[in-house]
Amino acid sequence: MSEPHFEREVDRSHMQVSDEVAIQIENMNKWYGQFHVLRDIDLTVQRGERIVIAGPSGSGKSTLIRCINRLEEHQQGKIVVDGIELTNDLKNIDKIRREVGMVFQHFNLFPHLTILENLTLAPIWVRKTPKKEAIETAMHFLEKVKIPEQADKYPGQLSGGQQQRVAIARSLCMMPRIMLFDEPTSALDPEMIKEVLDTMIELAEEGMTMLCVTHEMGFAQAVANRVIFMADGQIVEQNNPHDFFNNPQSDRTKQFLSQILGH
Amino acid sequence: MSDTHAQTVAFVRDTMLPEKAAPSGQSGAIKWLRENLFSGWFNTLLTLVGLYVTYSFVVHFYPWFAHGVWDANSLKECRAIITDRYGEGATGACWAMIRERWHQFLFGFYPSELYWRPVLTFALLFVAIGPLMFQFVPKKVIWFTPLFPFVAVWLLWGGSIWAPLLVLAGFVLGWAVFSFVGKYGSIAGFSAGAVVAILYFLFAVGPLIDLFQAMMPIGIEHVDSAKFGGFLLAITLGVGGIVMSLPAGIILALGRQSDMLLIKSFSIIFIEFIRGVPLITLLFVASLLLNYFLPPGTNFDIILRVVILVTMFAAAYIAEVIRGGLAALPRGQYEAADALGLDYWKAQRLIILPQALKISIPGIVSTFIGMFKDTTLVVFVGLFDPLKGIPDFIRADFNWKGIYWEPFVFVGAIFFILNFAMSRYSMHLENRLQRDNH
Repeated sequence: MSEPHFEREVDRSHMQVSDEVAIQIENMNKWYGQFHVLRDIDLTVQRGERIVIAGPSGSGKSTLIRCINRLEEHQQGKIVVDGIELTNDLKNIDKIRREVGMVFQHFNLFPHLTILENLTLAPIWVRKTPKKEAIETAMHFLEKVKIPEQADKYPGQLSGGQQQRVAIARSLCMMPRIMLFDEPTSALDPEMIKEVLDTMIELAEEGMTMLCVTHEMGFAQAVANRVIFMADGQIVEQNNPHDFFNNPQSDRTKQFLSQILGH
Repeated sequence: MSDTHAQTVAFVRDTMLPEKAAPSGQSGAIKWLRENLFSGWFNTLLTLVGLYVTYSFVVHFYPWFAHGVWDANSLKECRAIITDRYGEGATGACWAMIRERWHQFLFGFYPSELYWRPVLTFALLFVAIGPLMFQFVPKKVIWFTPLFPFVAVWLLWGGSIWAPLLVLAGFVLGWAVFSFVGKYGSIAGFSAGAVVAILYFLFAVGPLIDLFQAMMPIGIEHVDSAKFGGFLLAITLGVGGIVMSLPAGIILALGRQSDMLLIKSFSIIFIEFIRGVPLITLLFVASLLLNYFLPPGTNFDIILRVVILVTMFAAAYIAEVIRGGLAALPRGQYEAADALGLDYWKAQRLIILPQALKISIPGIVSTFIGMFKDTTLVVFVGLFDPLKGIPDFIRADFNWKGIYWEPFVFVGAIFFILNFAMSRYSMHLENRLQRDNH
């Protein structure tokens, strides 16, 4: 089996994993009607960890990370994010959403607002940041994702890769402590995938806690310190990337890896 | 044997091809005519029939317009002049009626020495909506917009200056309570503000107006609702209905999508009931039944009652139009707003509604136009609408007995101008929003 490669040298000097727990999921179950989507999920994420979640489509990996910021409701078990337990209490949900950034497959930028307005909206209205300060922060993150010159354009005028980088910057403007990525490169043309992955690698190098659902195994190899393989709503295998790719244990994992890396 | 050919499948273009003009006969007027009017024997036939119908219409109606008489004092005089000029049996319009009675079409029975008041109100209407509708109007003018309803009501109906001022004070009071209590929770703030305002309107505002009026009698001549008529009535009802039905429609549309069962059922029942009942029924309710239900002695102005009913009617339609706009938004917009931590109202106000309303503009404007035209139905509850109420009144005059088409043409033309303006504005707005976003 060929091991995935990633051209970029990744600087791991800041990628320290602390003992502090960022996310604690215990015995979590979720159903859509009668369909049991997530089954007995147990997962602990340390601060600074970069976790890649892989698996066939329909395995529940997106649903899992969407439960962490309550875009989906779980029916059983416990999710604690940043020391706050997710319950039906709207205040807790709002608190958690302020700490957790999310990047979507289809970017979900607000098409009626300029790039800059997309970035400053949540800081101004949710964090009550003064407008001037919010704009400074927004420009800082736009420079970080290397598109400050697009600030006054509308999302529809940008390429897919640029839009996804704006979406990452938009999340960062809220100063989140955890970032969730839901297949951030799946809707992109091949030549744009790299620019988005580069941005994500930079984030990882700065020590951001990241959970990333992706099919980019090169990215997993280069950045992740843990790869989780899911199938049928369960965590089937988790390991460090080296062992995960070179020495998969379960048959499901082997089959999956041979399908996505086999050619 | 040319095996060199077989080896040259690989191909590199060294010069790019320049653009060429399309072959002649593939563009211009001739092509358009041939493609659109004469593309086959059937289309050619349709074109010829269409031309003939148009021709017949013009031949039939043109003389009626061309023979129009402006200078006469009665329908009889008009007819005499037309026969005199164009011979026995010639038809012609008697516009003289409009020259004599235009003011009744516009103002109904409003006292003529006070015509400046509705005219000024109409002018101020544009000052009030200008900053909302047009980008070239300075944004500072917007402070006038919330004051306009009070100014308009006072100018149109007249009376004591204290009435609009003290009613305005009630809103300010409610808002002050809301923002003070609102620090301890938005629902508490809203309820407290609403309760204080309602108590004020029920018990305090009447005596206060009397008190202030007794101390300092300032006011202008009162004009009763019964004197309203023509386009003054139609525009009062139309603008009142439009201004109130949009927010009401938005709230109903959101209510229909709410997770809260009570709000959701109320919205659905309201929308379906109102849409299922003819407007005339509701107008009869406004004019007759409300009197039975209200406590005896309450004098609830008929125009106010009709405005409320028209508002409810339009709001139900607008709610459904906006629901279409909400449904057209991708799920991701809601999710992104949630993920950024925006609460429900902020997400609606900043993300969802701006986009949903933009999609709904054509439907909303259609509803407005329909509602504005429907204001003529108030003739059935005894108000003098411009289309039937006023012409009937004019025909009751012996001089104009039997005049039939001219009022329709005149009133229809004014309605068309106003509605066409609304329609063009909505297209302008759509284009502007389109341009902004791309």
